[in-house]
Amino acid sequence: MLNVADILETIGMIREENLDIRTITMGISLLDCVSEDANRLCDKVYDKITKTAEKLVDTGVSIEREYGIPIVNKRVSVTPVSLVGGAISPEGYLKLAHTLQRAAKTLGINFIGGYSALVHKGMTVGDRNLISVIPEALAETENVCSSVNVASTKAGINMDAIRLMGSTIKRAAYLTRDNNSIGCAKLVVFANVPEDNPFMAGAFHGVGEPDSVINVGVSGPGVVAAAIRRAGDCDLSKLADVIKTTAFKITRVGQLVASEAAKRLGAPFGIIDLSLAPTPAIGDSVARILEEMGLEVCGSHGTTAALAMLNDAVKKGGVMASSHVGGLSGAFIPVSEDEGMIAAVNQGALSIEKLEAMTAVCSVGLDMIAVPGDTTEEVICGIIADEISIGVANTKTTAVRLIPAYGKTVGESVSFGGLLGTAPIMPLRTYSPAKFISRGGRIPAPIHSLKN
Amino acid sequence: MKAVITVTGKDAVGIIAGVSTFCAEHSANITEITQSVLSEYFAMIMIAEIDKLTIPFADFADKLATMGKAKGLDMRAMHEDIFNTMHHI
Repeated sequence: MLNVADILETIGMIREENLDIRTITMGISLLDCVSEDANRLCDKVYDKITKTAEKLVDTGVSIEREYGIPIVNKRVSVTPVSLVGGAISPEGYLKLAHTLQRAAKTLGINFIGGYSALVHKGMTVGDRNLISVIPEALAETENVCSSVNVASTKAGINMDAIRLMGSTIKRAAYLTRDNNSIGCAKLVVFANVPEDNPFMAGAFHGVGEPDSVINVGVSGPGVVAAAIRRAGDCDLSKLADVIKTTAFKITRVGQLVASEAAKRLGAPFGIIDLSLAPTPAIGDSVARILEEMGLEVCGSHGTTAALAMLNDAVKKGGVMASSHVGGLSGAFIPVSEDEGMIAAVNQGALSIEKLEAMTAVCSVGLDMIAVPGDTTEEVICGIIADEISIGVANTKTTAVRLIPAYGKTVGESVSFGGLLGTAPIMPLRTYSPAKFISRGGRIPAPIHSLKN
Repeated sequence: MKAVITVTGKDAVGIIAGVSTFCAEHSANITEITQSVLSEYFAMIMIAEIDKLTIPFADFADKLATMGKAKGLDMRAMHEDIFNTMHHI
């Protein structure tokens, strides 16, 4: 039986607190498209994606209209293309990027993920060919997202791959220099990458997945912040309960949308990703939740503890609300995409070192952080290696999406518009890790990876 | 199948009549109605059966929202399941 308070609470969440479903992402396997001929591969990939996801956008819009809940993004993730393009040349991979772009336009989706390689233990010729053209692919396409997994707790850290990604990121920044180095905003370097993540830019369709699958990412930082505000001066045990209850409600909506979308699209339901995903809009910020918890500003001492508690409570509340939880599942702290984070950086309260510490207790990593354009490849590699180590040592996902904004320096900012937001250029330590990085090889897997 | 229709905004003459007429025109059968006016703020909730709706429910919801906008009110028609799943285990 519905009661008035419950109905008004739901309406309030949608209308005033920015409750939405952040993304319905359809995962599509491309394993049946394999060909050593690039043209044939591209044709098969285009046909497979546009046929499988033909009704994705329409279905998302119908669910949105019938249930009255905004569904912000409809997206597609595909099998990491290095697994289907092992026999093609770098030019072939570039053609494949344009094919994915064309498919995205045909479907009317805003991102397609899976221009990816998994190289945590080593690189195949196909992986190398793909990575060699990632900067061009990101510069020449608009909606294609790329990711490279360079480490796992089981395999250790592939430092050769990290070295390669340092130069790849710099080149992507240069090739998109006329557009604030936006290429880098579509490229993520991962450790322990999840295979069912619905969020971009790191989404791809894992090899253990079915032919197609529906994964849903929920959101709702504004709803959590408002609930904490209403809870007033309670202690942290009570506050954790408030967050859990709120996360439960948010996730239930995600589960409803996911099962409805899966049913209508004839694809199995995969997972709900229990993430608090911010946007640059006022009232949709994870930083503001932490401040609502009692910090003067995000980045102050105490931030890591508050974030750890928030992250844990969101998972505990969400896990019972969904039949399958997966993906990244945790609070996101992308600087440019979070109004409160931007403000904290601008007032000098939030540094990259604090952000790094925060990533030890939440998903995902150093995300959407703009750094000076003259940052050396070695320093970028050092940042990646540090962040990736946190993931490997803690058996969790971590990632780096860094934008060395070409021609810009501290004091300036880069604006990407839309969900990608605006990033103030953050200062870095410029001392060189060059010798450490140039050693190459693999950092061995940590002892606690030996669990069998 | 049931829909929850909510109307919120500044009180005015004829709000309920307008929404009821709209429902009748599209064969939505109102089964429950509750409303309150707090100072000048109006809040109404209707439960309506929509099995015999003459247009697709998504269109019905869009038209209602448009009608609300014209009157300066927030009018929504939403499938009841969103409330059931969020508030009941």
